[in-house]
Amino acid sequence: MSNQGPKTLFDKIWSEHLVGQREDGTNLLYIDRHLVHEVTSPQAFEGLKLSNRPVHRPEATIAVADHNVPTINRQNIEDPQSKIQVETLAKNTKEHGIQYFDLMDQRQGIVHIIGPEQGITQPGMTIVCGDSHTSTHGAFGALAFGIGTSEVEHVLATQTIVQNPAKNMRISVNGELPFGVNSKDLILYIIGKIGTAGGTGHVIEYAGSSIMGLSMEGRMTICNMSIEAGARAGLISPDQTTFNYIKGRPYAPGTEHWDQAVEYWSSLPSDNDANYDHEIVIDSSEIDPMVTWGTSPEDVVSVKGTVPNPSSAKTENKKKSIERSLEYMGLKPGTKITDIKLDKIFIGSCTNGRIEDLRKVASIVKDKKIASHVQAMIVPGSGLVKKQAEEEGIDKILKDAGFEWREAGCSMCLGMNPDQLKPGERCASTSNRNFEGRQGRGGRTHLMSPELAAASAITGNISDIRDFT
Amino acid sequence: MDKFHSLKGIAAPLPIVNIDTDMIIPKQFLKTIKRTGLGVSLFYEMRYDNDGNLIKDFVLNTSPFDKSKILVAGDNFGCGSSREHAPWSLKDFGIRSVISTSFADIFYNNCFQNGILPIVVSPENLDQLMTAAKNQIEFTIDLPEQIIKAGNHSINFEIEEFRKERLLQGLDDIGITLGYQDKINAYEEDKKNKKPWLFKDN
Repeated sequence: MSNQGPKTLFDKIWSEHLVGQREDGTNLLYIDRHLVHEVTSPQAFEGLKLSNRPVHRPEATIAVADHNVPTINRQNIEDPQSKIQVETLAKNTKEHGIQYFDLMDQRQGIVHIIGPEQGITQPGMTIVCGDSHTSTHGAFGALAFGIGTSEVEHVLATQTIVQNPAKNMRISVNGELPFGVNSKDLILYIIGKIGTAGGTGHVIEYAGSSIMGLSMEGRMTICNMSIEAGARAGLISPDQTTFNYIKGRPYAPGTEHWDQAVEYWSSLPSDNDANYDHEIVIDSSEIDPMVTWGTSPEDVVSVKGTVPNPSSAKTENKKKSIERSLEYMGLKPGTKITDIKLDKIFIGSCTNGRIEDLRKVASIVKDKKIASHVQAMIVPGSGLVKKQAEEEGIDKILKDAGFEWREAGCSMCLGMNPDQLKPGERCASTSNRNFEGRQGRGGRTHLMSPELAAASAITGNISDIRDFT
Repeated sequence: MDKFHSLKGIAAPLPIVNIDTDMIIPKQFLKTIKRTGLGVSLFYEMRYDNDGNLIKDFVLNTSPFDKSKILVAGDNFGCGSSREHAPWSLKDFGIRSVISTSFADIFYNNCFQNGILPIVVSPENLDQLMTAAKNQIEFTIDLPEQIIKAGNHSINFEIEEFRKERLLQGLDDIGITLGYQDKINAYEEDKKNKKPWLFKDN
């Protein structure tokens, strides 16, 4: 990457944050904001303590408990280990003077929901968190990526990270999205196309009229699942939609700096003739509502499609992998996707737990009832999303339809709290991972959009929103 | 950090692609506030049945693979969550090197923070090593020479120089960066003037 010549959005953010080169040839990248949660931070704080190191810049870090928290009866966390973890975060943040949104704070929620919601996430920033879905914040044109606990400790101690530049990949999606197709379908389609290792070593910039036409919520869903395509981060150029979203939020630049910030942010989009190591162009008219059938996010198919046949696999490895997935998922090749019967519906997560997602679900299930054999639960991404939904009467529509209305957290996306699938249970989920055991040992996950999950809750089978009126 | 120089031992074959970090160490073990003690839970759902009994035919439950120091696995190893509990559990079990055709970025990086050497080889070499592992042939990994030896096979591998040095010397990364404290402070002073909105007290 040269300093002269046209630059990508990634190149611009990278060079702005380069503190210098260490003697070993690695780059030190400055980190503007560090988000911390209870699961991947205790060992980092312990490490600081053992080596007697302070936090370099406590005010650049924000902490919240989300992974481990119950979504009902949260005054008392029953699981003693979860309780210790949450208490440890409270203690560590207090000790180091780090802002912490506790469980009773309305601003509490999934770390990747509250960053944008509070205006903490801004264009041109570098943002890290000990969580792979940190890529979500790339929707604002911020370079945001997940890190391990050792790196969390490194960032706390130095406000920098040791990095070498990623490669640039651009995925352009052009055209008006067909009816019934939205951001979740787009990103599932992309992952299906490039595979879960397709983005390894790269930062993916999403561009094109379909992407730029999305709301901030839709853009966040896209960037969120960049990690499922193997990419370190996802990026979308900031534009007026971005600025409008940020303006007036609690941690956004105030009036004294607003114009200066917008001027800087407006300089960030990639130069027209910038070079990419990889380019992929997609016509959005080829995309259907998408559903996963297997145990990897790349195992996607149109909702109109069927479960694949292992014998049609191109390689022996792929054949084995499909067979393994089908056995785990309890599915037979050739089964129509819409013939798959469900037990549970989970709507929430950092992928699809925002107000716009809840509004879509409410508009679909209004004056209807969920199928008698399904259990459906909806977990708002933050306390403020929950409050807003309640102000709009969304909670009532959902409860009348038979949904359970929960408190904010990561919940059944990863099942660290009591919200889990039982062995063999099949779930339509708006989350991001369908790995074996992810939502509970033996649980079977079908990833899809909130629209499809809502329609599926009513019929009790995986359903195509386009057939559902 | 523990040093890594060379390693000799049995390698366990795990010919599955896309082994994710949820498979390596499931969520219920992320509630710990320690880095140690996770080895017994490594690959929990493949290793134990619903009642917590060992699944006898899973490779890491069979002798001599229950003493493996090396893992040979399918493509895209370590994808998914950023949990460093994955390398912590591998290390606690006794595994100090993983060989595959590719690794997910965050997992790859996390290995080096814990004295584990992830090695990328070609698909052909992986097939050879997988067979050697199944046949219980002893592996030797020599980091200074960047060579894996197993039976008749002698395979060279690439590694970035700084990562190699850090493993060989067991360097403390934070300690090194703190040596650049002046540069970090100077960077912050400069940005405070140029982008003051980033330094608003939260």
